Amino acid sequence: MGNQRFTRREFIRNASLTALAGLSIPLLSSCSKEEAEDFLQKRFKEMTAEDKKRVIAKLEQRYFQKYGKKFEISTKEAIPDTLWGYGLDLSRCIGCRRCVYACVKENNNSRYKHQLQWIRVLQLKRGNMINLENAEHYYNTPLVPEKGFVYLPVQCQHCQDPPCVKVCPVHATWQEPDGIVVVDYNWCIGCRYCIAACPYKGRVFNWAEPNIPKEEINPSVHYLGNRPRMKCAVDKCTFCIQRVRVGRYPACVEACPTGTRKFGNLLDPKSEIRYIIDNMRVFRFKEDLNTEPKFYYFFEA
Amino acid sequence: MNGLQATLKETWHFYKGTLNLVVKGSKAYYAWCFFLLAVIAVGFIFYLKQHDVGLIETNLTNEVSWGLYIANFTYLVGMAAAAVLLVVPAYVYHFKPIKEIVVLGELFAASSIVMAILFVMVDLGRLDRFWHMIPLIGSMNFPQSLLAWDVLVLNGYFFLNLFIPVYLLVKFYYHKEPNWKFILPFILLSVPWAVGIHTVTAFLYNGLAARPFWNSSILAPRFLASAFCSGPAIIILIFQIIRKVSDLKLEDEALFKIAELIAYAMFLNLFLLASELFKEYYSHTVHIESFKYLFQGLHGHNQLVPWIWSAMAMNVTAFFIFLIPYTRKRFSTLNLGCLMIIVGVWIEKGPGLIIPGFVPDPLGEIYDYMPNLLELMVSFGIWATGLLVFTLLMKVAIPIQTGKFTHVGYVERTYRLEEEQQAWKQSSSPKF
Repeated sequence: MGNQRFTRREFIRNASLTALAGLSIPLLSSCSKEEAEDFLQKRFKEMTAEDKKRVIAKLEQRYFQKYGKKFEISTKEAIPDTLWGYGLDLSRCIGCRRCVYACVKENNNSRYKHQLQWIRVLQLKRGNMINLENAEHYYNTPLVPEKGFVYLPVQCQHCQDPPCVKVCPVHATWQEPDGIVVVDYNWCIGCRYCIAACPYKGRVFNWAEPNIPKEEINPSVHYLGNRPRMKCAVDKCTFCIQRVRVGRYPACVEACPTGTRKFGNLLDPKSEIRYIIDNMRVFRFKEDLNTEPKFYYFFEA
Repeated sequence: MNGLQATLKETWHFYKGTLNLVVKGSKAYYAWCFFLLAVIAVGFIFYLKQHDVGLIETNLTNEVSWGLYIANFTYLVGMAAAAVLLVVPAYVYHFKPIKEIVVLGELFAASSIVMAILFVMVDLGRLDRFWHMIPLIGSMNFPQSLLAWDVLVLNGYFFLNLFIPVYLLVKFYYHKEPNWKFILPFILLSVPWAVGIHTVTAFLYNGLAARPFWNSSILAPRFLASAFCSGPAIIILIFQIIRKVSDLKLEDEALFKIAELIAYAMFLNLFLLASELFKEYYSHTVHIESFKYLFQGLHGHNQLVPWIWSAMAMNVTAFFIFLIPYTRKRFSTLNLGCLMIIVGVWIEKGPGLIIPGFVPDPLGEIYDYMPNLLELMVSFGIWATGLLVFTLLMKVAIPIQTGKFTHVGYVERTYRLEEEQQAWKQSSSPKF
């Protein structure tokens, strides 16, 4: 018995020697201090105020070098007693896609090859709504609205029970107290499980290093929102977190020429969004999936 | 002091012996290894390009965001099931012919897991942030995320499938009877664990309400059934090769037994598929779109159709080959059946499972995904890595099993080894 234990110890020793040799290889490949700092950066939610300050300073310097503009990177937290909700009047939307382009510009989305868009406007034959099989995503008509068609803009619905947050293996995405679903772009490992889980195609992936023309950059950004992103991390609509937390409307709401888009605080009984829910014929897209979207489609008349 | 010296001497003997075994071999062995190394090198170069520029180098898009890599991953997790098929009869029922090859089967499972993990790693956009997934060090979303579960069960399975054969091989190396009281719980644990890795991997897709093609409760049983076909089919082929190139003796009976098990598994696999097809086609809801895309084409997009129908043809043919004793027990037809199952199940449980999950996407868009050259090369590179790992493991494990490579204390007594091993094998049953 004693002999047997000895052999086991011997074996463990042999095995650990092998493991040590294997582990030393990655340690040998050295990297610069900045790279090491990036590599070890903590998850945003776990950063102290001090950590955040340091990271923001580093980012501001880096963005200045890259885009030649002084950035304002906010880390402003959610306003108490707010839960953001969105209303979209389907009887008004004309499918002009002004919201799409305003969104891309406001949020510093990548313009690689084709634009990375957070809003998608579907063109549907009248009489079709739920079955999207015949939806046209890339309609390109000289004039909108086209006769016989309705338009259905879709973006992140900021579900109250978001499947994308549930599936993320590393807590890189979460719901803020004001209901906005955000991503820590520096923590995302790029597995794209959230893209598979989203029923609304609310998430897009930076398949390459994002490219934004210097003259089109928007330097007023939020850490969890529209700051320039990096390759191979996921991103998504944040209801323009950088705007709504300082009392402005999201860019898509401002850009809409027909007043299709409404926005407000669901907890405030006097807000426009509450008026819509109380008085209009409201529905939520794919309600059967039970994700409790805070995005209300409605018809006025 | 004396003990330390002996240990050092033995360690040196072990490493020298291992190195000798790995470095020396026949011309065919060299050719095989260098071929694999070349494929690995090419795959690695292609991967570097993907790592440098981003996943834009693949044909993946926001519509079909998982492709060939994840398809291979799914298939290989299934492959690793093979071990369980060998463990159950070998250890629990002392089925004699299979017992001799069970160690090799488990090393095969371990090699499959290596490939599966590599496929996940090349699919990750940010490999540099891989550590975020490590429990305690990173921030693992457990138990919410099924991907976190998968990381845990796959690594656990990898550990089991290395630990058990290594323990047994060490015992063989020292010519000792394994301590069955110690190792048997691990062996028994590996059986439900193998079922577990398949179930968890199936649940990974199964739990997504956004993807009706995967969101069917029959998915996990289908996974298991198909895994119990493809894994053993590869094992039958590999053991024939091992039998030819080494002096490990494997009885035909063991291979035929495995083939018989494949027939049952394939029947179950086809039955479950038929159940699913009936439900989708008879009820004919909007959820049928993905099935249509796969089996008959959707709005003129039919590039997967020839693939899935050849897979169906191969699976059905192989089922009859393995069902009929006459064709099952002839090596020409047996091997043909194995090849058909390996390819057929790969199509069905790889690309045939992943791609239609994304087509049409949740907003109804149809994107025709086909992997590009880079994805193919990286995938070949990973397959070659797995095969190389398995080859090298075999190169060391087989001489230990046959008693050719042994503890320094036994070198002088080599002439007795054959008899001792024979005696150990003939001892009625392991004592546990």
